Amino acid sequence: MCTEDYSEIIVHDCTYKTKLTTNYKNRKKWEAKNPNHIIVTLPGTIRKIEVEIGQKVEAGEELLILEAMKMLNKIVAPKSGTIKKINIEVDQAVPKDYIMIELED
Amino acid sequence: MSLKNNILDLRKRKEKAQLGGGEKAIQKQVAMGKLTARERILAIVDEDSFCEYDLFVEHQGREFGMDKKVLQGDGVVIGTGTIYGEPICIYAQDFTVAGGSLGLMHARKITKIMDHALKLRVPLIGINDSGGARIQEGVDSLAGYGEIFFRNTLASGVIPQLSVILGPCAGGAVYSPALTDFVFVVNNISKMFITGPGVIKSVLGEEISMEELGGAKVHSEINGNAHFYAETENECFEQIKKLVTFIPWSCDKKAKSFPAKPPKPEYKIEEVVPEDPTIPYDIRDCIKCIADDSDFFEIQKDFAGNIVIGFGRINGETIGFVANQPLVLAGVLDCDSSDKAARFIRFCDAFNIPILTLEDMPGYLPGVDQEHAGVIRHGAKVLYAYSEATVPKITVIIRKAYGGGYIAMNSRHLRADFMYALPTAEIAVMGPQGAANIIFRKEIAGAEDPEAMRVEKVQEYKDKFANPYVAASKGYIDSVIEPEEIRKVLIHSFEVSKGKVASMPKKKHGIPPF
Repeated sequence: MCTEDYSEIIVHDCTYKTKLTTNYKNRKKWEAKNPNHIIVTLPGTIRKIEVEIGQKVEAGEELLILEAMKMLNKIVAPKSGTIKKINIEVDQAVPKDYIMIELED
Repeated sequence: MSLKNNILDLRKRKEKAQLGGGEKAIQKQVAMGKLTARERILAIVDEDSFCEYDLFVEHQGREFGMDKKVLQGDGVVIGTGTIYGEPICIYAQDFTVAGGSLGLMHARKITKIMDHALKLRVPLIGINDSGGARIQEGVDSLAGYGEIFFRNTLASGVIPQLSVILGPCAGGAVYSPALTDFVFVVNNISKMFITGPGVIKSVLGEEISMEELGGAKVHSEINGNAHFYAETENECFEQIKKLVTFIPWSCDKKAKSFPAKPPKPEYKIEEVVPEDPTIPYDIRDCIKCIADDSDFFEIQKDFAGNIVIGFGRINGETIGFVANQPLVLAGVLDCDSSDKAARFIRFCDAFNIPILTLEDMPGYLPGVDQEHAGVIRHGAKVLYAYSEATVPKITVIIRKAYGGGYIAMNSRHLRADFMYALPTAEIAVMGPQGAANIIFRKEIAGAEDPEAMRVEKVQEYKDKFANPYVAASKGYIDSVIEPEEIRKVLIHSFEVSKGKVASMPKKKHGIPPF
């Protein structure tokens, strides 16, 4: 038996001493998504913002145009609500998972 | 012109063509730490065995001033040769000629040697070192890639296909290696990606080096695209040559037999495997207790280490080993290890290589990331691959065989030919702790001392079920054997399985959970 440092993982209530893989170490912890956050799924550049703070929007209403992968993508409200915060400007490049717009009920 | 002059003329032409992109370009190649295309081929094949074809092929580009350019051999070397006397077809892209870029004739040379390999039923080795499509040749260059991918697919399962990445292999070009059976990479030399760092930076604003994006380590550790990692080109060539000794020429043949050798005396299973099923050990030591000369040729060593795959020999015959690795992630099955095992099982089945499964695993890896990554769909590949395989397939349960893992790891129910278990085997629907917590939930909760009751009930479950005898009593295990007997039993079992006939229902093809 080697005496190296082992990590522990639990399967069916039993704890096993073991080493970990690179991918296991780098895995992302899951977090619940905030339904009020309009986040970037495809990185790109903001081309147009169609809403203002305080404006009421219906589900399916266009919020902005995001240019990504050579396409002008329409980003629509996933739910009805009021625009609480706008974190973007026209021509801004946005990375994946960036919160562009925040809604409130 | 006299015959002598003709010969001298030929020699001159050959010499010029064999210089590829010329002295300067060769110097650049060397400065990058790389060998030239011909040097690579000559390092892989037996001495004096290489025959080159299409040396005088010229490119067909007529646009953008290409008609005035001469590209020797159009940037790729093709030919046939032998490795330890066994025939192979080989091609190597020549980066010194227009960056090894792929145009119409370059692609035609590659598809010519691929067609040869398929017709002659011998392994194909492709050495990739190319800047990508030759943009000046437009759609002809795309057509070239398509013709290569199509042939890779046709040849899949007919002849072994090896891809060696010795330079850039970017954009669409990556799909030829991806369609082949084994991909070899070398540290600091191999670069493989769909979109390079430049595009990623301009589109996504993410800055990353070529090495971090698609270097040898990325493909061998993170995404599993590569099967063999080497520090130097020469180490890589040795890996290629060794692999070729384990595999047959084609699906019509069997791998070559070698004189049988006993395992090295220092490897003893009873000294390798700890009795306590929660204590890890290196399953590769177990394999070395079984394989001839304790020689195990591991594949995808640095990827999904929780399952170990590779070739060894038992009694001189090639065997594909698939083994859970308790040392890494307790040997669980997860998305990556399922993909790794399933593909290897299919390779073995396609090329008449019997499979030995060594089982010691607690189940599937729990976690949101696993469920969301599709562990259901990935895990199903293992079931599919084992069920479909008709080569002799034998399982030895070393310690834990719990739940879905018991079924997946080549169980009797997926038509294992022989199922063996060591006396340390525990074959049960789950580990004793989990099972006791469910079965005796009420007793444990209602007890004065729940902890003491839990310990008692876990022990009760262990005594009853954590052994191989329940499964053996139902005929799911053919024989419970002593560790010392393993090799003898396996030699016998593979020997009697040599004439195995098993067929699948008539169908065009199955639909594996890709």
